[in-house]
Amino acid sequence: MNKALNTLTNGIIRENPTFGLVLGMCPTLATTTSAINGMSMGLATLFVLVCSNLVISLLKNLIPDKVRIPAFIVVIATFVTMVQLLMQAYLPDLYETLGLFIPLIVVNCIVLGRAEAFAAKNSVGLSLLDGLGMGIGFTLSLTVLGAVREFLGAGSVFGLTVYPADYAQLIFVLAPGAFICLAFLMAAFNKIKK
Amino acid sequence: MNKLESSLKNMLLSLTLITAFAGALLGGVYALTKDPIADAQQLKQDRAKAEVLSQEGNYTFTTVEGGRNVVVYKAFDESGDLAGYSVQTSDSNAFNGLISLMVGFDTTGVITGYTVLSQSETPGLGANMVDWFKTNKGKQCIVGLNPSEKKFFVSKDGGDVDAITAATITSRAFLRAVKLASDELGAVRLFDELDEVAVQQEADSTFSLSKINITEEQIHKLFEQQ
Repeated sequence: MNKALNTLTNGIIRENPTFGLVLGMCPTLATTTSAINGMSMGLATLFVLVCSNLVISLLKNLIPDKVRIPAFIVVIATFVTMVQLLMQAYLPDLYETLGLFIPLIVVNCIVLGRAEAFAAKNSVGLSLLDGLGMGIGFTLSLTVLGAVREFLGAGSVFGLTVYPADYAQLIFVLAPGAFICLAFLMAAFNKIKK
Repeated sequence: MNKLESSLKNMLLSLTLITAFAGALLGGVYALTKDPIADAQQLKQDRAKAEVLSQEGNYTFTTVEGGRNVVVYKAFDESGDLAGYSVQTSDSNAFNGLISLMVGFDTTGVITGYTVLSQSETPGLGANMVDWFKTNKGKQCIVGLNPSEKKFFVSKDGGDVDAITAATITSRAFLRAVKLASDELGAVRLFDELDEVAVQQEADSTFSLSKINITEEQIHKLFEQQ
């Protein structure tokens, strides 16, 4: 039980994908222009992580070592494409903002990283928890990063205006601001973690 | 169960099985979501078509294909009168490629509204076009203008419309697309007028070109466009 809890919280705090492991930076920097975009990207990744961890830990003995990477990628790509199709069908507005980045989940290091480092070696239950924990950690950090950037860059959080956008610094919504915010948040996170 | 050995047979078998299964699964999901995706896109377009007109109401639309990827939808109100036009237009040279718009015009060719169907411009800059050109501030609002009567390009290039702050390329593309819509609509309206005159001519056989507001120059331009 303790081990299960450990596995779950591992991804949220100790090995937080964004601030701890620094994996999956491409979607992190690209989609966190607003809190809602960051959160949606996080949730899409969470779904893929849980599903791929589950399936890969189930199949781990059926996949010969030498072809494990292509096999993992096929499994991950399948789930990503499913997310993409489902989102396009039932959440068309969200798909419009995130559509471009959804296929990129396939090459998100955190998904393949967990498949390789965890799911391929551990039991189904633990792999599921690991996927869930990592996914929640990723979602939380993307939401926080998105909220900070949206607040500084557009004067709102989750689309709610906090102060007039005229006073906001646009740079935080653009690429340089992503790096600046990420660096400060990462420093703060690691300070607190210690 | 022990891990399968990396022999050629095992590798072939396991990869083939996994890909075949993945393919089948995706085929299923695709079949399942095909209709909702088409519906969602259709709904969005239908909503956009009605939204850009000056008044809300139950419109029925007829479609006229314009040139250069422009589609003109004629809106008829409940009593069957022509209420305006919704024109779908696009420009492929925006900052991040293609932008696609739905622009509403009244029966005289004045813009009544627009909505952005798809774009991938920079958030916070070019993406502001969603609201920018309908915000009544300075010279940035295009609603209420007739593009064929104005210098319909950004003020930086000597035109009558203010570009989005720090997003001139997007603004140029946007105005190009709207102007294109207006031009194509002009052509459609001209043909309609010609039709009408032809019908009248049959009725009273006193056809004269002076009955329509068209100069020879416009006709030439029109045929060049087609």
